[in-house]
Formats: sequence, structure tokens, C-alpha cells
Amino acid sequence: MAAATTPRIIVVGGGLAGLSAVIKIAEAGGKVDLFSIVPVKRSHSVCAQGGINAAKNLKGEGDDVLKHFDDTVYGGDFLANQTPVKQMTAQGPAIIDLLDRMGVPFNRTPEGLLDFRRFGGTLYHRTAFAGATAGQQLLYALDEQVRRYESEGKVTKYEGWEFMSAVLGSKGEARGICAMNLRSMETQTFPCDAVIICTGGNGAIFGKSTNSVVCTGSAQSALYQQGAYYANGEFIQVHPTAIPGEDKLRLMSESARGEGGRVWVPRDKLDKRAAASIPEGDRWYFLEERYPKYGNLVPRDIATREIFKVVYEDEMGIDGQPMVYLDVSHLSPERQNKLEGILEIYEKFVGDDPRKVPMKIFPGVHYTMGGLWVDFEQQTNIPGVFAAGEADYSIHGANRLGANSLLSCIYGGFVAGPNAMAYAKALPAQEGDGGHAAELARQKQKNQALLNNKGTQNPFKIWRELGETMTKHATIVRYNPGLDEADAKIVELLDRYRDVNLSDKSQWANTSFAFTRQLYNMLEMARLMVKGARLRDESRGAHYKPDFPNREDKEFLKTTKASFVDGAPKITFEEVDTSFIAPRPRVYTSS
Amino acid sequence: MSTATLEAPAKSPMSTSVSETPARTRATNRTIKVSIKRQASPESKAATETFEIPYRPNMNITSLLGEIALNPTTVTGVDTTPISYDANCLEEICGSCAMLINGKAMMACSALVDKLMGPNGDGAITLAPLSKFPVVRDLAVDRSVLFENLKKVKAWVPIDGTYDLGPAPRQFPQVQEQRYPLSNCISCTICMEVCPQFNEATGFVGAATIAQAKLFNMDPAGAVLKPDRLRALAGDGGVQECSFSQNCVQACPKQLPLTEAISDMGRDVFVQQVKDFFTR
Repeated sequence: MAAATTPRIIVVGGGLAGLSAVIKIAEAGGKVDLFSIVPVKRSHSVCAQGGINAAKNLKGEGDDVLKHFDDTVYGGDFLANQTPVKQMTAQGPAIIDLLDRMGVPFNRTPEGLLDFRRFGGTLYHRTAFAGATAGQQLLYALDEQVRRYESEGKVTKYEGWEFMSAVLGSKGEARGICAMNLRSMETQTFPCDAVIICTGGNGAIFGKSTNSVVCTGSAQSALYQQGAYYANGEFIQVHPTAIPGEDKLRLMSESARGEGGRVWVPRDKLDKRAAASIPEGDRWYFLEERYPKYGNLVPRDIATREIFKVVYEDEMGIDGQPMVYLDVSHLSPERQNKLEGILEIYEKFVGDDPRKVPMKIFPGVHYTMGGLWVDFEQQTNIPGVFAAGEADYSIHGANRLGANSLLSCIYGGFVAGPNAMAYAKALPAQEGDGGHAAELARQKQKNQALLNNKGTQNPFKIWRELGETMTKHATIVRYNPGLDEADAKIVELLDRYRDVNLSDKSQWANTSFAFTRQLYNMLEMARLMVKGARLRDESRGAHYKPDFPNREDKEFLKTTKASFVDGAPKITFEEVDTSFIAPRPRVYTSS
Repeated sequence: MSTATLEAPAKSPMSTSVSETPARTRATNRTIKVSIKRQASPESKAATETFEIPYRPNMNITSLLGEIALNPTTVTGVDTTPISYDANCLEEICGSCAMLINGKAMMACSALVDKLMGPNGDGAITLAPLSKFPVVRDLAVDRSVLFENLKKVKAWVPIDGTYDLGPAPRQFPQVQEQRYPLSNCISCTICMEVCPQFNEATGFVGAATIAQAKLFNMDPAGAVLKPDRLRALAGDGGVQECSFSQNCVQACPKQLPLTEAISDMGRDVFVQQVKDFFTR
């Protein structure tokens, strides 16, 4: 396809990042095809709870965008390239204003201004919020704008389609995508001048996480296997407060602590009294005791490790179980009201009323700081393939601060959209068919191989074992022998995958077929995550090795870049942009 | 579906002492009997398959369906296929997994097996697709009609552009408190499923769409499209089709004030029609 006068862009993923990119492209006169596994209004962004950060300084605290910049870089333990972080934090206030104009029902002050709450890793009220369902409200606002463009014919939605791979031209540049219709199971290619990957996180690799079912990382992994760099894959955020569950870990937002919620365990581990009847003096508020300045609002990696230590080293978990209390029962009804959305989730799924009884929580896999490597224009090393949101690695370094993810999604989409347009306008005409026939044949061959396989391995069992090994060895605490064990296990699972058997070989709405395709990509991505963790012999942000407890800037103030070479991850390291803030020790304990 | 919980890795000094299997994952000999109405494609005939799943406390319907995928064999020992159904967030916020559970339209993720099995813990569970939408396969249905309806009522704020135009107009907390509950609609379509008027004869748009029209009419900038929205809700299939059965407001998993929205919009549509009569 020649570079037409109207560039044709494909956006994959309809969460906050994808929708932001779509809106910018449509507004600039481009044509967009939007691909999503689920109807975009059901994307995982809907699960975000607490809010979105921007230094609007509406509380008379002297907050400003440079303080937000510093908190983000420091919270990320200096691993993030500083240029994009600086730009994102600078644009924060304008992005909040835009969302407000789109009709997001943000909470208000009596004067009618936006209200802001506290969040982790900062001392300022910097988080705009809509109850405790900010992600839902933001996603809907962008979804509505995209629906408007759709009704004007500027956007075509392909909902119920899954990205399989990029179609690459003779110079390795993007010329389209290959996608599968999840109803008819038909695989076909679609032409475009540039593609933006906004496919979110990869929590499914850990079996149970706070993520939605679609968050498998499959698209990112497919691109990695096609030659894209995947950066900082070892940096996985484990959120300190989730409800342990049978099928998933349900997030209990940091906003619970932002509104005054407190984390504690009984001082006496044999204390069998009901939580509400344990007097103040018999409660151990371990975060407040150890971090007097930030208290319960230390960054997530730190809160998570403290809870983990209290449970597994001090053996102080409630009733000897891996759980601690998250208590909002002392808050005023007005404050509890601002948390209504999440308190309802707890009540529905656990059965206790958190307005009266402290919640029982434990850390859960939540977010990947790592993602597709992108330059400061959000472009990957595959020309014409851009990425934004959780799917890219660019903003959060070694640890993401709460309420920065929604901002980074919108910022990333707003940068990727116009840059993809500019790239597409300058793109020379393709040679031949742009690689479409070859890529379609490659994907159809994979499908056929899977359908014809007469093996004995159940894909859901392979997935369960992957989740168990990744959760055990590659989350809060990491040891090199355990990581070696995990890699050996993944290699074994990849081997067993060759012998996979589909109990459903039909070609209509075959969810287990689609899942089994994703599973292969999950396995390949799990390997690069484990390899990155294995090689990084230091502790930084969410990556913690007790055998290497210090941050080692000399050797490891570097971005991990994984590339897929001869069927295995090859790791190289890249310098980090520290052009604005000199790295300093990250200490939250001082009072 | 995985049972892994975060625990101390093998080399951790205190790893073994507290990592006993928690009570919630301890299996017993009890089983859960679940009958599922299945349909291989939109054209094929429906049939019921019954499964027996080992009981564990605190399961929900989506985890039950996950167990079937691990071992897709019916109670009579016949090998079958995993169940197709829509699910995503599993915490009742994405709106995907609405289905009929024991005959009632509910979200599968927040439908807890312990409650469904009744006080004696021996009740069977039945699952079926929503009845008013075309079946795609098994429990998955096509609900795109709702998203089309949202286009008809222009459920958006027509902003000038995404460039920086400064803050939005101030809005008192009282307005936000009225708008926010309406904005919690998860597009699950349960209100449409349970509505006696939502059928092909009336062409009724259903409560969810009407509530969204109210939400955007209440926005200071969204109100510019209020006449368009009200005209879209006038006439056949519009707000007048509501018979006030109140089913929607009782079934809504997010407790939206749906009947209040319908009556407010009914009044506004009437006022708009009178205005249009004299000015057009």
C-alpha cells in the first residue's frame, strides 16, 4: 500500500492508551482501524480504581510538575529515561482538564473545583479521582469520544479480533497486521502505514493476578519474536493490597490508604480476637512504625516487601495465614463514601462489610513496568510499529507510582498517535505485496499445526504450571537458583506445548484455540522476564534479590533489552537517560 | 484458574512454617452439579450438558467454568469441549459475563457458588445464555445492540478538540453526585434482559441507554446535544415504551437509579415534543 494522502493507522487495543491514540489520529484527519479482543468499553483500563496524577496544586501545597517529575523518577528508582517522564508530568494538568471537559465525573470540592487525594510515593494531594472507579470513568469518556468519531466514519472498530503478528515489508517495516476473528476463527491480514500496539499488561503469565483475562502479553510477545526489543521485562509490580481469590486477585486500591486506611496485624500472633475488638495498643501498624514520613503511603514495592516480611519472616500473618489487615473501618462515612466502588467489591466477593470490619489482604501481581522498547517518539525498533501504555516500558522505571498508570496511558497514546501519522505520511510505497501473503501463510500454518496436533497435553494445565513457577520464583523475592529452576521449567513447558491437545477443534468461537495461541506467546515472554531477572544481580525497585540487596548503579543503572535470537532471549543493556536528575539513594524511612 | 499464591521461594529462611494450604483451597469430597445450556453456533440446536465439579469454598461461576476447561468431561463421562462464555475483569466492572444463573440474569464473576447451592449446600446450578440476545456460542451472546443505541442518543460530550483549552466549567459536588451513579453503568445489558418491554415488537432501547442520555444531558457541555437526545428517545422504541415493571432497577448489579432516569427523561422528552410542535 502506497503512502496515501490519508494515512491509514491500525491501533491494537482499546484501553486508555489505544483510545487516546485513536482520538488524536481521527482529530488530525487520519483513518483508524481499531482492533480489540473485547468490546473496547470492556478493556482492562476499566479496572483502575484510585485516580490519575497531575500536579494541579489546587490544595495550596506548592505542588508543581517538577515535583511530580522527581517523585516519579525517584519512585522508579532512577531506571526510567527522564525525558519522556518529564514530558508526561508536564502535560498532566492539561490532560486532567481535557478529561474534565469530556465529562468525567471527577469528585469536586465545595467550590466546584476538582478534588485531589493522596497516593503512594508522594507527600502531595495530586490524584484526581471519581469515587474509586477512576479507570472506568476515564475509559468511558474516551470510549464515548471514539464512538462519536466512529459515527462520523473516521474510525472502524474490529471488536472480537485478536492481533497475531505484524506484517513486515521488504525492509522490515510495518505494512499491516495479521489478526484472527474470534468468532469465525478466520485469520487475515489488514494493510496499514503504521500500527500502534496498546495491548496492556501480561499478568496472566503469573496465573492469578489483578489483571483481566485478556492481559496475556501475547501481542507484545509476538512482536518480540518478530524482532522487537522487549525492555525491563523483569520489573513486575506486585501490588501490596489485593483480595486473595479462587480465580483472581482482586485489587484493593491504594486510594483506601490515600483516604486514611491503615495496614496492621495483631501484636500478638496468637491473638484470636475478632479484628474489630482488638484495642489500638494491641495492633502493630508496621508501615507507620517503619516509615514515619510516608506511613501507609510508601511506594508499592516497599509496602509489598514489608507485608511479605511480616507474613513470612516474622510469621505475624493473621491466624498464621498469608494475610494482613487493611483497615478503613475508622474512617468517616464521607471518606468511606469516596471508596464505595472498592468497598462494594470486597463486600460482594468476601461477604464482610469493610465499613465495619478490617479487610484481609495480601500482595498480588498487578502491573508490568517493562514492555516493548520504544524511543522517545513511542516507536519500537521495528519501523512503523509504535507502542503506548502498559505495553511499552518507557515511564515507570523499576517501580510505578500509584495513579501514574492512567496518566502514562493517555500521554503515550497522545504521543504515539501524531507520531504514527507523521511517520505514515513520509512512508515510501511498499515493494510487492508488503509481505502480506507470506505472513498470512505463516500464521495459517501455525493454526493448522495446532488443530492437527494429536498430543496429550492440556493447555490449561500448562498455563497453571507456568503461573505457579512464575509466582514462586519471579515475584517479590528472587534468588538465582530459583530463577534457574523457573527457566528450566519454562523450557520444559515449551517442550510439552509441542504436544498440546485441543479438546475443541471446532472453527467457531473457539476460545480454547485462541487461548492456546496466546499460551505459546506467554511462555516465550516468561523466559525473557526470568532471564532479565537472573542477570540483574542487584536490588532496584520491584526487583529484589536478598543475595544482592543493594542498588548497583555502576553496573545496572541500565535498561534491560531482550531480543529473540535463535529461539531464546538475548539480553543487552542500554544507558539510562539521567539528563535532569542525578541518581541518589532511594530512602523513604526518614521522618 | 491457577492456584498459585505468593509464597516464600524455597531458599527463603522461613518459607515452610506458614505456607500450609489455606482453608479456602482445601478440597472436600463434596461436588457441585452444574447443568449448562449449550449451543455450538447461532444456527445449531441447543442442548444441556451436566458436569460435576469437586467442591471448594469461595468459588464463583467463572472459576467453575475454568474447572470445566481443565477437564471437559460431562457427568456421564462423555468428553466434550470447554464452555464458551464472555469474561474479562472477573470483578464486576467490565460488564462481560452476564448470563442466566439458576434462571436469573446475573454477572457470573460475582455469583458465588456457596450462595447458589442454597442453605444445605446441595442445590444444583443451571447456566444459560441471556435470552434476548443472539447466541454466539454456549453462554456467549451478541450484545452490540446496546453500543448502537448509544450512538443514536449521542452519548458523548462534543468537545471542540483535545488541545489544551484550560479547565472545564466548575461543577458543584451535588451535580457530580447525581452524575456519578449513572456513569457506573457497565453495559452488561441485564436491565434489557429482564425488561418485559425489551423485545422485537416494541423495539424499546432499554433502560441503560436512557440513563446514559440523562447523564450527558446533565453535563454542562454535553447539554448542547440535549434536544437531539430527547428526539431520539421520542416515538416508537423510545422512553414511552417503558411499562414501569421496575425489573431493571431491581436486577441492575450496579444499582443505577434507572427508573428515576426513565421518568426524568420521559418528562424531558414530552417537554421537547411540545417545544418542537410550536417551533418547527
